[in-house]
Amino acid sequence: MTEIFWLIPFVPALSTLILALFGTKLPKKYVSYQACLAVFGSFVISVISFLSLLQVSHESYPLVKNLFSWISSGSFNVNLSLQLDPLSAVMAMVVSGVGFIIHIYSVGYMAKDEGYTRYFTYLNLFMFAMLLLVMASNVVLMFVGWEGVGLCSYLLIGFWFEKHSAASAGKKAFIVNRIGDAGFLLGIMFIFIYIGSGEFTAINAAIGGGAITQGLATLIAILLFVGATGKSAQIPLYIWLPDAMEGPTPVSALIHAATMVTAGVYMVARMNLLYALSGTAAQIVAIVGAVTAVYAATMALTQNDIKRVLAYSTISQIGYMFIGCGVGAYAAGMFHLYTHAFFKSLLFLAAGSVMHALSGELNMKKMGGLRKYLPLTYPTFLIGAIAIAGIPFFSGFFSKDAILTAAYANGYYFVWGLGILGAVLTAFYMFRLIFLTFHGQERLDPKVKEHIHESPPVMTIPLVILAFFSIIAGFVGLPVVLGKKLNFFGHFLEPVLRGGHETHISHDLEWILIGISVGVALLGIIIAWFFYIKAPRIPERIRERFPRIYKLLYNKYYIDEIYNAAFVNPTVRGSEKIYDHFDLKVIDGAVNGTAKVTGFSGKILSYFQSGLIKDYALIFLLGVIIFIGYLIIF
Amino acid sequence: MNFPILSVVTFLPLAGAILLIFINKKKENHLRYIALGITLLTFIISLFLYFNFNSSTSDPQFVEKSVWLGYGIKYHMGIDGISLFLVLLTTFLMPITILSSWTYIKKRTKEYLIFMLMLETGIIGVFVALNLFLFYVFWEAMLIPMYFLIGVWGGHRKIYATIKYVLFTMVGSLLMLVAIFYLYSAYYKATGTYSLNLFDFYNMSLSPGIQIWLFLAFALAFAIKVPMFPFHTWLPDAHVEAPTAGSVILAAVLLKMGAYGFLRFALPLFPSAVIKFLPFLAVLSLIGIIYGGMMALIQKDVKSLVAYSSVSHMGLIMLAIFSLNTEAMEGAIYQMLNHGLSTGALFLAVGILYERSHTRLIKDYGGVSKKMPVFAAFFLIFMLSSVGLPGLNGFIGEVLCIFGIFKANKIFAILAVTTVILAAGYLFWMFQRVMHGPITNDKVQSFKDLNKREIAYLVPIVIMMFWMGIFPNMFLRKMDSSVTHLLNMVNTKKATISQTQKGEDLLVKIDDHALEEKNKEKEEQTR
Repeated sequence: MTEIFWLIPFVPALSTLILALFGTKLPKKYVSYQACLAVFGSFVISVISFLSLLQVSHESYPLVKNLFSWISSGSFNVNLSLQLDPLSAVMAMVVSGVGFIIHIYSVGYMAKDEGYTRYFTYLNLFMFAMLLLVMASNVVLMFVGWEGVGLCSYLLIGFWFEKHSAASAGKKAFIVNRIGDAGFLLGIMFIFIYIGSGEFTAINAAIGGGAITQGLATLIAILLFVGATGKSAQIPLYIWLPDAMEGPTPVSALIHAATMVTAGVYMVARMNLLYALSGTAAQIVAIVGAVTAVYAATMALTQNDIKRVLAYSTISQIGYMFIGCGVGAYAAGMFHLYTHAFFKSLLFLAAGSVMHALSGELNMKKMGGLRKYLPLTYPTFLIGAIAIAGIPFFSGFFSKDAILTAAYANGYYFVWGLGILGAVLTAFYMFRLIFLTFHGQERLDPKVKEHIHESPPVMTIPLVILAFFSIIAGFVGLPVVLGKKLNFFGHFLEPVLRGGHETHISHDLEWILIGISVGVALLGIIIAWFFYIKAPRIPERIRERFPRIYKLLYNKYYIDEIYNAAFVNPTVRGSEKIYDHFDLKVIDGAVNGTAKVTGFSGKILSYFQSGLIKDYALIFLLGVIIFIGYLIIF
Repeated sequence: MNFPILSVVTFLPLAGAILLIFINKKKENHLRYIALGITLLTFIISLFLYFNFNSSTSDPQFVEKSVWLGYGIKYHMGIDGISLFLVLLTTFLMPITILSSWTYIKKRTKEYLIFMLMLETGIIGVFVALNLFLFYVFWEAMLIPMYFLIGVWGGHRKIYATIKYVLFTMVGSLLMLVAIFYLYSAYYKATGTYSLNLFDFYNMSLSPGIQIWLFLAFALAFAIKVPMFPFHTWLPDAHVEAPTAGSVILAAVLLKMGAYGFLRFALPLFPSAVIKFLPFLAVLSLIGIIYGGMMALIQKDVKSLVAYSSVSHMGLIMLAIFSLNTEAMEGAIYQMLNHGLSTGALFLAVGILYERSHTRLIKDYGGVSKKMPVFAAFFLIFMLSSVGLPGLNGFIGEVLCIFGIFKANKIFAILAVTTVILAAGYLFWMFQRVMHGPITNDKVQSFKDLNKREIAYLVPIVIMMFWMGIFPNMFLRKMDSSVTHLLNMVNTKKATISQTQKGEDLLVKIDDHALEEKNKEKEEQTR
């Protein structure tokens, strides 16, 4: 039974193929059944594989299934082979499990869209690419999945391509990701030149055997991380993710929250030995993660678009995952990835449910007091918010706490400080969202209010399931202070994440750290309550008091404008200038100039060919005179 | 070899062209079906080459050799792992282009088809000829039909474009002809026998000083054809003005002749000159990659956008060739096939749009996806193939090229990787403006999706793109021996030259082994 794990990505692949070829002729109902079943199939196989992995001894990790030799030329050899180890098993379960729930939700959410079949084709294709990324046993195949999910992201962001903004956002996502991918590709090249193979086992063996120096490890690790900043939306390449909210909301939940954007974290965890060897690269990961966590959170503070708040929140939360990886607590980073998949997709789906109820309204300024209209969406949304804020016993608490404790314990006090600051902001903006949307005055458009309704069961049941997991998912990784054996999650991943290191701190200190994170989370919620329920005029006053800061945050630090002015415009303008002044005038000018000179000299010479005998005789005579003169003089 | 298969593949289209002469020009459908049938038959026969190809040898296969005009001018054909796929690419694309011009060509259908078939003979001839005279004949003969295809069935500035194209190419090929004559006389001086056999020239060691001049003459001819920066300006003009099928053949196959020329002639014949010019040529290629990409970014005309993208892609191929290692070389050949498929396909896609609206300007489109969903899917796949998305053919070539370049020079590789970003930039931006967004042009409103004929000729390309992306080894294995042999030739000759360089002022030196073979041949002839 252990062998069947290689089927995990290929079940959705088969489904994609069928939908792409015959989808338009198939009835809608069949399309949704097939698409959902294919992902469910992957999930079942993932669970079976996971269970079978528990029976196998650690020494035989990873189990590798080599399908065939894919590319082989000279010393560049790549196999199409998949691997199963604790890391890929956990990730496959999360991806296919959450993916399945979101597929179900989509059946309801997309029911009236004319691109229904196309939607599910793309979604299945995404599952294939994502699962390939997860299961790949070498870095090139991982890159295949990596680019594949990028393509699906492009297709799904621009799903409603008639809308100019959607088409633009899709293109932006793809190009920005490509910048990261170029770095990733160079990293692959270094790996192949110096290690001679892209297989993860070979890379780990080379690192273990001392085949690569620390400097080289740093270089490769940073290049790969450039790819991660693109895919996982970290500074400086995060700019595509907020715009990606143009896509259908289930897509935002699946691709731009739960799975694809966390691929960078997965990659860093997969390469943990490399990052551990480098040290410097790991520090960079931690610092980029920490800065992004706070930076993105500040932008979430002022946004009024419900999905954009969640988008910045995603960027910020992925920052936390990178903090975990960077400080050496890879298991904690993966743990946050796993809990985040539940509560963030819950938040997005719940936001989708709100939009569904309000005929597509996204602006929180036009909501308020919705809790009585949405009896199921409200509590589930609230659970998600509590989980992300880090209130004890909800899943987000355990994972965020594990990351921050590890950061502190391993001596990254500055990173820890930023993490704590981010935690206040997170609690604040999440509850700002809750209060603005579900509490307080109703600010609904009267037209919208007429049609207000709770979503159908096909959408609310997924919410309930995700809410359930958002509560309990954290219990598989209890804090060390409660007993080391209780951290099943970390324990299970340990054999793969040997690059991690943890410093033991006293129980008292750990309790204090937990106390601080809970304290700041509560503080954030209280401030939000104060600002948006108790004294709703305060935010306005702050805005008036600090107009510059507010404007800066509201306009997202003008980063899009800065990038356009610094990179995009110079490239386009410069190319235009070169085209006009060099390509057309100099190069083509030289070509046409040569032709003109030839033509001109032909014209001059043609004067001498007048056809008149007397002219020819004159020239002949002149020639003879010159010739004789020459003979006489010399 | 009993059955002269290469001659059949080469001249069957010409025979078809002659056949068409005798058919009434008003029976246009008859003409079309005959042309289609001939090109399909040629393709099927050429498949035999693939299946019977022996991958374990680097020697030319399916060789045909017979006396022709004397004085070393022989009818000598054969293919190896490099030319095999270029022949197949040509025979594969020809029926597709005939189908694509079914309704596109509205005037002088008969002459059009005759020229297309002549063109096929010329192209295949270039790839299979092993005698330099024969090669030159095909090289030049191919220009004639192309001249007319652009000049008669082209766009508004067709005369300017076609004359520019022909003059550009002629400048290069005339110098090459002089160089061929030089080789010919040098060989005669050294051995007392006439030969234009490529393999005889391979065995000849020329002094480095002479090599430089000969190499420059050959390299210029090929560099114009590729086209390498800064000899590229004929390309956008020719592409923009040519009819769809002309653009497809031009981009897919004719450009490959330049790269093929470097592989078959310039590199193995003049290795010491190659080594000398390598940095210079590599930098030109690199400029081509980035420059072509930047120019593509801002083109307003879809066709010239794709044309500049060719400059960029061909730059990558040339840089890989000049990297002189197995991965880069195989990557370059693979990328030549990929570029043939993807750029050919992109031109077909543009042609399909042009046939519906008679404009090539990006701003005249927008929202086409809505009206033509099936076409949108095809166009998307072609674009993804061109940007090198994994799973499709382009990725394999790109990654091998970049790896090989990386092996040779890391800085070049790092700069070459910008192609990954630029290609995504110009193609996705163009795709957005043409296919997405709201419909702004009334003409687009009336667009009809692909008909069965159009689907029929696009599907084989898509299949090949996936096939080559998923099973590249089926192609790469057939190249191995030839590529290894080519690299050995360049590298060992380079080594022997540097040994004999000092002291010896011999213009020409013949390897002993080669002389022996020559004598044997003579004996056979006298018998």
